[in-house]
Amino acid sequence: MARPPEDRILLLGNEAIAHALLENGCRVASSYPGTPASEILSALAKLRKERGVEMHAEWAVNEKVAFEIAFTGSLTGLRAAVSMKQVGLSVASDPLMSAAYLGVKGGFLVISADDPGPHSSQTEQDSRLLAMMARIPVLDPSSPAHARELVAAGYELSELFEVPVMLRPTTRVCHACQDLPPGKVLPFPREADFRKSTARWAATPAFRYELHRKLDEKLAAIAAWPRTAPFRANPEAAGPKAVVASGVAAAHAREILREAGLWDRLPLYHVVQPYPVHSEFVSRLLSSHEEILVLEETTGVIEMQLLDRRRVRGKLTGAVPEAGELLPEIIAEAIATFAGTGADTARARDPERGGRRPTLCPGCPHRSSFYAIRKAAPDGIYPSDIGCYTLGMNLGGVDTVLCMGASVSQAAGFYQAYRLSGKQVDIVATIGDSTFFHAGVPALIDAVVQEARFVLVILDNATTAMTGFQPTPATGKTAAGEPAGSVDMEALVRACGIGFCKAGTPSRLPEFIGLLREAVAYSHAKGPAVVIAREPCVMDRSQADRLPAPVNVFIDETCNGCRYCTTRFECPALLYDEEGKRVAIDGLLCTGCGVCLHVCPLGAIREAPPEGKAP
Amino acid sequence: MERQQIVVSGLGGQGVLFVARLLADAAIRKGAGVLTSETHGMAQRGGVVVAHLKVGDFESPLVRESRADGLLVLSAENFRLHRRFLAPSGWAVVNAPPGGLTGGSSRVCAIDADGLAKEFGNLHAINLVLLGYALSGPAGVEEESPLFCSAEEIREVLRRRMEGKEKLLDASLAALALGMKHGKR
Repeated sequence: MARPPEDRILLLGNEAIAHALLENGCRVASSYPGTPASEILSALAKLRKERGVEMHAEWAVNEKVAFEIAFTGSLTGLRAAVSMKQVGLSVASDPLMSAAYLGVKGGFLVISADDPGPHSSQTEQDSRLLAMMARIPVLDPSSPAHARELVAAGYELSELFEVPVMLRPTTRVCHACQDLPPGKVLPFPREADFRKSTARWAATPAFRYELHRKLDEKLAAIAAWPRTAPFRANPEAAGPKAVVASGVAAAHAREILREAGLWDRLPLYHVVQPYPVHSEFVSRLLSSHEEILVLEETTGVIEMQLLDRRRVRGKLTGAVPEAGELLPEIIAEAIATFAGTGADTARARDPERGGRRPTLCPGCPHRSSFYAIRKAAPDGIYPSDIGCYTLGMNLGGVDTVLCMGASVSQAAGFYQAYRLSGKQVDIVATIGDSTFFHAGVPALIDAVVQEARFVLVILDNATTAMTGFQPTPATGKTAAGEPAGSVDMEALVRACGIGFCKAGTPSRLPEFIGLLREAVAYSHAKGPAVVIAREPCVMDRSQADRLPAPVNVFIDETCNGCRYCTTRFECPALLYDEEGKRVAIDGLLCTGCGVCLHVCPLGAIREAPPEGKAP
Repeated sequence: MERQQIVVSGLGGQGVLFVARLLADAAIRKGAGVLTSETHGMAQRGGVVVAHLKVGDFESPLVRESRADGLLVLSAENFRLHRRFLAPSGWAVVNAPPGGLTGGSSRVCAIDADGLAKEFGNLHAINLVLLGYALSGPAGVEEESPLFCSAEEIREVLRRRMEGKEKLLDASLAALALGMKHGKR
């Protein structure tokens, strides 16, 4: 069993995908960060730099743009990849549908990472349904090692049939680590060579019918391509019942069958390509087994392609739960019920729930912004957006979260609805800098045209913090940290037609509250106003030199334990002592931002002399 | 080498993933296969973070309930949440203040890693203090070290990971040693 340690390294699933992209000659890669997909592009950019590979690896402004850049790379004959999380694929669905008809030249992988659970997403949507809608093949990796193999198979498939191929890892593949050999960079000599063909690359509706027909032919052939066909995990097993599984559910099922003593009795088919499911496999499966259990995340995509479903058990029959992750405990139970062996363990319902909720970090500038917003517009409506600052809900500063960029359009929507009822309400929306560039700009243009009246606070911490500190369009750095072009946020806001655009520093709390009050008054009198809350993320090491000098704070004896600071300001460094009935500062957690000096209604939080300790 | 399944649990910022990766590296250096599963995303901002680690010929990256050989808990409040992973014969090492852990069996050992890290002057050291304690054979566990690897193997992993970062390496080795001092050896 021993594996020589010198040629194996620990790779995160996303890193394994990055190594495989490089190994297989990917030359154009683009992405927008989002959990669980973020590390694919960051790892690739790092590898490119370390190994001196001539390739383009970029953080695009959003997933639609990312898709279009990578797709176009493939039109020139180069191998390309776009990566994103599943909700990002929704953003990129417009080019996806059209690209499926046009097809590709160089291999093109659409890597869409799903998040059953969900662990860090708005939805558990199954990207494979969008692949079905677009009519492109999908590959479901079951481990980091498998993801690496499927990158190679995906490129082969894509070039053989001139079709975009979706690779659909899930959180448990993206964020699993496995011992793997490091990737080798092989010579892959290809030059960009775009062959014009307006009937194809600029197809009008008349040609699109023909392209649709061709796509259907490709799919039929792909459903017979041997390399991605389902395989038997346990060829020795025979029996009237069979299990069909894909992705990490197949990995769980293998272990569970062994542990339950069913490995030799219950045939397990591992489906690698859940769409289109191989047609011969479907007919063979249905003719050789009396009952079939399908295990897949998240929707019953394989299941719905088994055309005669009378003997099929799965998501559609309720044998497997539709919502939530298929944890091994759930799979063990489903297999035990299906095999008639009786449940082997009692399982806690919703086992992952509970425990400490996440919160903004000590010293986070967003905390000051939300505190200030509630001071400046205490009865306001607070639409917000996707990022760390969604946690502003702990401070009562976030009322709505829908999807990327929706804070701006929802602010406008609230204004229009209240205007119709003849009511005036303060509306203060928050959006992160990266999210603003991603999808906030068109909504802001719309608000200007429709004269919607609200304040938009752009939380500008000069990074995409939630997903691991990727650059924003204003950062002026490439994915690998080299100098790049940059966009001036104020100039962009003004060019959208905004008359009030002022930047402030949230940690200078009294001034910042004043600025927000000014913006709220302006919004009621004249139209949309923008405040840029500009302060670096305390967790981003690349901005450490921009942080202000720390302030020593202490709490004096006048603290009466009212807990205003721990609930309304909710800094993890402010601890309520149940026994002493007062608040204390955790000196190791405190970053010395000094904002809490302005928060205590009694003024009990005070500044100590810089050198000495609290008196 | 025997197979081992371990769950590391804590809060975002405590270094749960770092501990899991150190152990995974140690497994690779011993020539064993390794699979882990990590928590990324919003939970890393102070929420519940858990890492699963499976050493040996496994295929699924997740530890099932009642299957873990050991539990490393960096925050006592998570013990309630994740003790369901522990096998009946399994051990747990929990960071808890003195008297702060209730409901544990004899194979559940507490160490005040918070207190030790504070004395040490570095809250980021909690994870290595706890790991050091687990490696040194905590009270209540019969084995010399309940983990599949030795302290020296972890030190070697740290030296490789922190090559060229001498100050960080020294602080990490010191934190590990501090935890070990409180164990049996």
